[in-house]
Amino acid sequence: MNELVFFINKVVIAGSVIGSIYALGAIGVTLIFGILRFAHFAHGDLMTVGALFAFVLAALFPTAGSYIGLPTGFVFLPVAIIMTAAFTVGIDRLFYEPLRARNVRPILLMIASLGVMLMMQGLVRLFAGTSPRNFFIQEQKDIFHIPLPFDLASKEIIITEPQILLLVTIAIAMFALYRFLTRSRLGKAMRAMSDNSDLALVSGINTRSVIVATWIIGGGLAAAGGVLLSLDVVLKPDLSFNLLLPVFASAIVGGIGSPYGAVAGGFLVGFAETLAIFNWSILLRPFSSFLSNWFEIPASLALVPPEYKLIVPFVILVAVLVWRPTGIFRGRVL
Amino acid sequence: MAFHLSSSQRTILLFGLIAVAIALVFAFLGQAYGLRMLAEASCFAIIALGLTIQWGYAGLFNAGVMGFIAVGGFTTMLLSYPVNESFWNSNGPAELGGLMLKLVLVAVVVIALSQMHRLGIRRQVRNVCVIIAVLIGFALYNDALIPVARYIETEAGFIGGFGLPVWLGWLVGGLAAGGVAYCIGRICLGLRADYLAIATLGIAEIIKAVFKNADWLTRGTLTVSPLPWPIPTPNELGFVTARALYLCVTAIMIAVIFAALQRVYQAPWGRMMRAIRDNEISAAAMGKDINRRRLEIFVVGSVIIGIGGAALITFARIFDPSGFTPLHHTFLVWVMVIIGGAGNNLGAIFGAVAIYIIWTMSEPVTLFVFHQLEALGQALFAWEPIPDLTSRALQMRVFIIGLTITLALRFLPKGLFPERVKHFKSPSD
Repeated sequence: MNELVFFINKVVIAGSVIGSIYALGAIGVTLIFGILRFAHFAHGDLMTVGALFAFVLAALFPTAGSYIGLPTGFVFLPVAIIMTAAFTVGIDRLFYEPLRARNVRPILLMIASLGVMLMMQGLVRLFAGTSPRNFFIQEQKDIFHIPLPFDLASKEIIITEPQILLLVTIAIAMFALYRFLTRSRLGKAMRAMSDNSDLALVSGINTRSVIVATWIIGGGLAAAGGVLLSLDVVLKPDLSFNLLLPVFASAIVGGIGSPYGAVAGGFLVGFAETLAIFNWSILLRPFSSFLSNWFEIPASLALVPPEYKLIVPFVILVAVLVWRPTGIFRGRVL
Repeated sequence: MAFHLSSSQRTILLFGLIAVAIALVFAFLGQAYGLRMLAEASCFAIIALGLTIQWGYAGLFNAGVMGFIAVGGFTTMLLSYPVNESFWNSNGPAELGGLMLKLVLVAVVVIALSQMHRLGIRRQVRNVCVIIAVLIGFALYNDALIPVARYIETEAGFIGGFGLPVWLGWLVGGLAAGGVAYCIGRICLGLRADYLAIATLGIAEIIKAVFKNADWLTRGTLTVSPLPWPIPTPNELGFVTARALYLCVTAIMIAVIFAALQRVYQAPWGRMMRAIRDNEISAAAMGKDINRRRLEIFVVGSVIIGIGGAALITFARIFDPSGFTPLHHTFLVWVMVIIGGAGNNLGAIFGAVAIYIIWTMSEPVTLFVFHQLEALGQALFAWEPIPDLTSRALQMRVFIIGLTITLALRFLPKGLFPERVKHFKSPSD
C-alpha cells in the first residue's frame, strides 16, 4: 500500500496541482483565441507578471498574512489579479488595439504578442533578476501529513497548504466563470462572439466591452495561476516558455473557444505529464514475487526523464492536431 | 517621412549608412572584432533569407528558428568533428547497435499491432493496443538507454564526430533541418498559421532540451570545441586573415542563395507562392495544392536556415546547447526579417547586417548606461549598488527587441525594403 500512497502523492496530487495551473492559463488562451482570433504568446509571462505583483506586495507588507492565518502571498492574490487584469487591458490598448483598428491579419497580432512577451520578459527580469524567488522566507509553509486510517500503509499522504488553497481557488474560479458565462449578459455575449463573431456583430453586441472582459478574465486567471504556482514551488522569472507550451496544448486539446474544454485539457495535460515522469516500476514492485521468474523489473520505468517533460504536452498537441484538430470536445479549428 | 526618396535612392542611402557603421566599428574596435561581427552577421543573413521566404513568400510563421539552427549546428558537429577513438575502441558502438536493434524490434511490434485489424479485430481495440505498445516500448527503450549512455559517458565522454569535411556537414545539417521541418509541416500546415507557430516553438525547446541533456551525444553542458573550419583556422592564419576568408565563404553562399531566391521569386513557382499567400481560396480555386506548396517552401526555408545555423555554429567553433536562446536565435532573426521587409531578399540581408551591428553594439552601450545610472543613483539618492547589474542590464535588450517588433508592426509594417509588387496595367489605362 505504501506504493499506492506514493502514487497518490506523486501523481494524483502533483497532477491536479499542475493541471489546475495549466487550466487557469488555458482558459485565458482559449477565450482570447476564440474571440480575438490569435494565439496569445504573452500568456505565460502574464502568469509571471501576476506572481511578481503578489511577490512585491508580499515583500512590502510581510506581516499581512499572519493576521488572517493564510500565506502572505495568497492574501494578496485578489490584489494581484486586479492589478494584472488592469495591466492586461493596458497592454491591449497600447499594442493590440491599434493593430486591430487597422484591421490587420490575426497572424500579425500574434507576432505583436510575441513582441509583448519579450518586453514583459525583459522587464520582469530587469526588476526581479533571473534567480528563483521564494514566497516563504519569513513564514512557514504548512505541510499536512494525512495518515491512512488503516494499517496497511506506513507512509502518509502529503499535501501542502498552498496546494489546498490552489485547489480551492480553482474550484471557486471555475464556478464563478461558469455562472458568468451562462448567466450574465456579458458572458453570453462573449460566448456568442466566440461562436460566431459575424453573427454576434450583426446582432448588436458591444465588441469593445466583450474584448475588455476577455482580457480581464484572461489576465486575472493567468495571474491567479502564476501566484498559486509560485506559492506552491517558487517564483521563477524565466518560466514562460515552459508554461506556454502546456497551456497552448491544454487549450487546443479542449477545443479552441471552449473554456470548459480548456479546464479539462489543462487537467489532462497536467496528469499526462506527471504520469509520464512517474516511475512505474514502483507500482510493479509489490508484484515482484510473481514476476521475478520471467521478468526483471527495471530500476526506472518512467516514460520520459523529467528533463524532457516538455515532450509530453508537445506529443499531446501533435496527436490532437493530427487526429482531432477540433479538440476532444469538438471545438473549432480556426 | 518629410522628404520623399525613390526606392533605389533609399536603398543606396540605407546601405551607405550600413557601410558607415561598419567603417566606424572597424576604426574603433579593430579589424579582428569587425570581421567577427561581419562574419556572424553574414551567417545571420543566410538564416534571415531562409526565414524571409517562409514568411515573406508564403506567410508561414516559424517561431522555432532556434531549433533549426541547433539541428544544423549539431549535424555539422557530428559529421565534421574528429573521430573519437576511445569511443570506437570501447564497447560503445556495439551497445548502441544493440539499442538500435531493440528500437527496431519495438517498431516491428508496433507496426504488427497496427495491422491487427486485418485479423478481424476491432479498430478501437487495435488503437488501444498500439498506444499501450508504444508507451511500454518507449519506457523500455528509455530504461535501456540509461546504462548505455552512462557507459559511453564514462568510457569515452561522448561518441565524437565522423571526421568528414565541414561543407558536407553544412549540407547535411541543412537537410536535417529540412527533415524536421517536413515532419512539423506535414502536421501543422493544413491548419491555421498560429498552430505552426506553437508547434515550431515547442519543437525548438524540445530540440534544445535533447541536445542539452543527451551528454553521450553532444556532451551537453560540457560543450564540444574546437569545431573544425572549412578553411584554415585562426590558429594557423591569425584572426584577421582567417575571419576574412570565412567571411568570403559565407558571402559566396549568400550570393548563391540570393541569386537562386531572386530567380525563384520571379519564376512561376514564386508567383504561385505569393498567390497562395495573398489569397488562399482563389489559389485553391485555380487548382493549386496549397498544403503541398506550403510544405515545399517551409522545408526549403528550413534547409537554408539549417545551413546558416551550421555556418554560425562552425564560426563560433563551439557547440554549446545551452547557448541556444529563443531571443538570440529566433526573435533576433525575426526582427531582422521584419525590419528588412518581409518578402524582400535584399531587405533580409540588410536587416541581418544592420540589426546584428545594433545588437552587438547594444551590449556595451546598455552596460555603460546602467553603470552610469547606478553611479548617478548612488550619488543623488544614496542607492544601494544594484545586485547582479550586468545580467539584469542585458535583459534590457530583451525588452528592446520586443519593443522593436511591436513598433515595427505598427509603424513600419512593410519594413525598410517593402516587397516590390509589380502591377501590370490593363491596356485600357
